[in-house]
Amino acid sequence: MGRYLIRRVIISMITLVCISMVVFFILAAAPGDPLSGFGSNPNVPAELRQRLREQMGIDDPVPVRYARWATQYVQGNWGISYTTRSDARDYVLGRLPITLKVVGGAYLISLLIALPVGIISAVKQYSLFDQVATTFAFLGFSLPTFFTGILFILIFSVKLHWFPFIYDDTVKGFWPNLKQMIMPMMVLALASTGSLTRFVRASMLEVVGQDYVRTARAKGLRERSVLILHAARNALIPVVTIIAIEAPAVVGGAVVTEQIFRIPGIGSALVQGVNEGDVPVVMAISFGYAILVVIFNIIADILYATLDPRIKFS
Amino acid sequence: MSQAQDVTLTESPLGGPLPTGTGVTLGDGTAKQYRSLWSNAWRQFRMHRLAVAGLVVIVFITVACFVGTMIYPRGIDDIDFLMTSASPSSTYPFGTDALGQDILARILWGGRISLSVGFLSALVAISVGTLVGASAGFFGGATDGFLMRLTDLFICLPQLPLLLLISFLYREKVYRWADAQFGDGNIGIFLLIILVIAVLNWMSTARLVRAEFLRLKEKEFVEAARSIGARQTTLMFKHILPNVLSQIIVAATLSVGAAIITESTLSFLGLGFPSDVPTWGRMLFEAQSYFQFYPYQALFPGMVIFLTVLSINYIGDGLRDALDPRKTR
Repeated sequence: MGRYLIRRVIISMITLVCISMVVFFILAAAPGDPLSGFGSNPNVPAELRQRLREQMGIDDPVPVRYARWATQYVQGNWGISYTTRSDARDYVLGRLPITLKVVGGAYLISLLIALPVGIISAVKQYSLFDQVATTFAFLGFSLPTFFTGILFILIFSVKLHWFPFIYDDTVKGFWPNLKQMIMPMMVLALASTGSLTRFVRASMLEVVGQDYVRTARAKGLRERSVLILHAARNALIPVVTIIAIEAPAVVGGAVVTEQIFRIPGIGSALVQGVNEGDVPVVMAISFGYAILVVIFNIIADILYATLDPRIKFS
Repeated sequence: MSQAQDVTLTESPLGGPLPTGTGVTLGDGTAKQYRSLWSNAWRQFRMHRLAVAGLVVIVFITVACFVGTMIYPRGIDDIDFLMTSASPSSTYPFGTDALGQDILARILWGGRISLSVGFLSALVAISVGTLVGASAGFFGGATDGFLMRLTDLFICLPQLPLLLLISFLYREKVYRWADAQFGDGNIGIFLLIILVIAVLNWMSTARLVRAEFLRLKEKEFVEAARSIGARQTTLMFKHILPNVLSQIIVAATLSVGAAIITESTLSFLGLGFPSDVPTWGRMLFEAQSYFQFYPYQALFPGMVIFLTVLSINYIGDGLRDALDPRKTR
C-alpha cells in the first residue's frame, strides 16, 4: 500500500507538471500582451513601460518564464492580479469559501437524494417509482445548468418572490444566507443528481442478483437487512469512487451557476479573469482545479482499495 | 460478459446472418425468419418508446433548422423597430428580441450551428478516441503505456477553464485567419470550437475502446484471422473494431448531447460565437439581462437546447438496449 501510494503520488506530480506546462504555454502562445492596455495609455512614459516589462520579464523566452512561474508558484507567490492589483493568491483563496459552501451543499443534497432513490429504483426495477425516477434522472442531466438557473429565477424569484436571485455577500445571519444559496445549490444538485442516481441504480442492480444476496435471504434475514447490510454495502463501493471522481466536475459546474446568480466565488473570478486577460488569476484557478482533480483521483483509488478487500494495490 | 462477445457468437460461420430470437423455431428445425444484427437492433430500438420519440423530435428539429430556414419568411437580421421584445403572436410565433428580430428565425438558424457543432465535435472526439484506444489496446506495451499516460493527462486537464481560455485567447486570431482564408471569419470560430470541444472529450472513448480491444484480441476468432495471415490493420479494423462498434455508437450519441451543452455553455458565458451568429447559447446569453421582463427570449432557446439534448440522451439509451444482444426480447 505504502509503495503503491508513493508511486501514485509521483505519477500525479509528473501529471501536474505537464498540466501546468500545457496551461502556461497556451497562455504564453496567445496573441496579445498583458500590458497592452497599460502600454497604449499615452500618459505612461515609454521608459517606465520598458522598465515594467523588464521587471515582469515579459520579453524573456517562454521556458524561462515558465521556470520562474513554477518556482514562484511552489513558494506560494502566485503573482499580482492585473485587474484587482492585489495578490492573486489572497484574491483566489478569498473567493474559495463561498464556492465550497455552494458546491458542498449541492453535492450533499444530491447524494441524499441519489442514494435512496437509486437503491429503491434498483430493488423495484421497472416499477412506477423506478420509471418516475428514471424520467427525472434523464431530465436532470439533459437540462443545462444555465437554463435551470434562469427557470428557477423566473419561477421562484420573479413569480413567487421566495428567494432573492442576486447573491449579496453583505447579508448577515444564517437564514438570509441560506435563503440566497438555496437556488444555486438546487441548480447544481439537479445537474449532478441524475447521473448519480443512475449510477447507484446500475451498481445496485449488479449486486441484487448475486448469490450471496440469495444466501442472505435463504438464511431468513429480514428484507431490510438483506438489502442494506448485504446488498447496498457492496453496491456502494464503486459509488464512493464515482463520488470522489465527480466532485471536481461539480466545482466546474459552479462556473455557470455563479455567473447566473452573481455569486462572488471561484467560478465568476475565472470568467472575469478570462475576459480581462488576468493571467495570474486564470493560471491560479485553472491549475488549482487540476490539482483538485488529481487529488480526488488519488482519494478515489485509496477508497476503492480500502473498501473492497479483493482489490490489491499493485 | 459484454455484448461484443455475444455479437461474435451470432455471426454465422458462412458469414451470413444467423437467425436470432423468435425467428427460429427450434422444434421442427425450420427457420421462419432471418434478421441481420442491424434489422434486429432496429426492431429492438422501436420497442423503446421514448427513444423513438427522441428520434422523431431530433429529426423534426434538424429538418426544421436546415430546411425550415429556407421556407420561413423572416431572416435573422430583419429588424422591426416597432416590435421590440414582443410576446409570441401570429406574426412572430416565438416573439421578438430586444432589437425586434424574430426569435423563431434565429432559433432555426442558430440550430444549424448548434447541431453541427454537436455532431461534428462528437465525430472528431469519437474518431480520435477510437484510434487512440484501438492502438493502445491492440499494440500494447510501450505504445499502450504512452497513449494511456496521455489519456490520463487529458483527463486531469481543467476542462472548462481551458475551454474558456482557449476560446477567449485565440478567437480573434482564428477569426482573422479564416476571414483571409475563406472570406468569413465565423468559419474559423466554428472550426475552433469544434476542435476544442473534441480535444477535451475523446478520453472516455479511448478508455472504453482500449478495454474492449484488450479483451477481444485474445479471442479465438482473432487468433484464427491472424493464423490465416491477416494484416495488423485488417485485424484491428475488420475483425476487432466491428465488435466494439455498438458501444462506440452509444458513446458517440451521448457525446453529441454533451457537445451541444458545452457549446451552449461557452456561448452563454459570452465566449463562443460572436453576436452576429445566433446560436442557442448565445441567444440565452443575450436574453439574460432582461429575462425578468421578457421571459420568452430565454425560454424558447433554452427549451430547444433541453429538448434536443433530452432526445439525444433517450436515443442513446434506446441504442444501448437495442445494440446489446443480451437484452434481445
